[in-house]
Amino acid sequence: MPIDVLSAGLSTTVQDLGRPGYYHLGIPIGGAMDRYALRAANLLVGNPEDAACLEAVFLGPELAFSEDAVVAVTGAELPPKVDGETRETWTSFRIRAGQVLSFDYIRDGARSCIAVAGGIDTPPALGSRSTYAIGALGGFEGRAIQSGDRLPVGRADVSVAEGRTVSEKMRRNSGSPCELRVVTGLYWHRITEEAGGQFFEDTWKVASEADRMGYRFQGGRPLEFVDREPPFGAGSDPSNITDACYPYGSIQVPGGTEPIVLHRDAVSGGGYFMIGTVISADMDLIGQLQPHTDTRFLQVDMETALAARQERASMLDAIRQRLS
Amino acid sequence: MNEKTGPAQADSPGRHEVRAMLPGTFYRKPAPDQPNYKDPGDSVSVGDVLGLIEVMKSFHHVVCEHEGTLGEFLVDNEAPIKAGQVLAVIDNR
Repeated sequence: MPIDVLSAGLSTTVQDLGRPGYYHLGIPIGGAMDRYALRAANLLVGNPEDAACLEAVFLGPELAFSEDAVVAVTGAELPPKVDGETRETWTSFRIRAGQVLSFDYIRDGARSCIAVAGGIDTPPALGSRSTYAIGALGGFEGRAIQSGDRLPVGRADVSVAEGRTVSEKMRRNSGSPCELRVVTGLYWHRITEEAGGQFFEDTWKVASEADRMGYRFQGGRPLEFVDREPPFGAGSDPSNITDACYPYGSIQVPGGTEPIVLHRDAVSGGGYFMIGTVISADMDLIGQLQPHTDTRFLQVDMETALAARQERASMLDAIRQRLS
Repeated sequence: MNEKTGPAQADSPGRHEVRAMLPGTFYRKPAPDQPNYKDPGDSVSVGDVLGLIEVMKSFHHVVCEHEGTLGEFLVDNEAPIKAGQVLAVIDNR
């Protein structure tokens, strides 16, 4: 049951929960920027949680269905429409053969997961259907979808009920200002105590250079570095280090001016100092940030980060129980 | 440059709103050292570029979908915008 792409949106890609295990070779995990939204969308339409969905960013695609389908749209508030009639987000709904799914203006958030019962059935690459566009890997021919594409859909039980929903209190909103919790890292000693304090005091704004690889922020005060003799291979800029591994969520600050948080399609290493790492529980929130959104970084310890991860897991368990 | 991202426009008799399809930053000129694409009072036709929206390291044309006279711009050059926000008005009475 293929889906015909009438218009593609801004950068709509096939994503699942990604391909762990290749980061040491420079291939990032990829997958949905908002993993909770992807899992919820799949649960709503009766798919395995890791089935592939379409991830739309800011602008929804227009999709023609040639057979009956059950669909759910989660994540950003990007209202779906079936033949022009609005449907609820975070709620399963039916599309009849011949109908067209389109979207209204995005109201809140940045990325929507569009799940179809049966899942998007493009061939897996390295164990995942996620599109890593920079590496031309996975998804639909290794790229964002385009008008004229026919997306394969897996066999599905389309008797899944319509109107299955994730209640509002079980959705997560990035808020404004968005608060991202950070554990400081190995290179914390490189900046002065005053600069470290300012980083967490200042309100930053999402810059236009924000995509699946990373999110750039601007508007806070520049960092002041501690004087040093540059170590071998680091170069003279005080924000440089001898090349090192970059964790997902790590915050590099090239030149000490604009922090960049690496996200799902991160590069795996390089020579910029990292002030710390956004905790795993808050990574989904970044994927929902629009440009110009006010953002604060909050310093937390590892114990808090692990408790937050546990809290996220419980939230997911609760919707699993309700929907399975 | 992405040509596909035109605005949707809400019609009322003789007045058409040019809305942003995307959130981002709005520009009225193709580059800082170049003149505005269009100014209020200019006559415009379907397909004319009225501005740019910058988002995710890319620029997207705001394309005119009605013939008429360009009225006022409701947002400043380089202003942050939301999707669905009215950028300008076209008068074709």
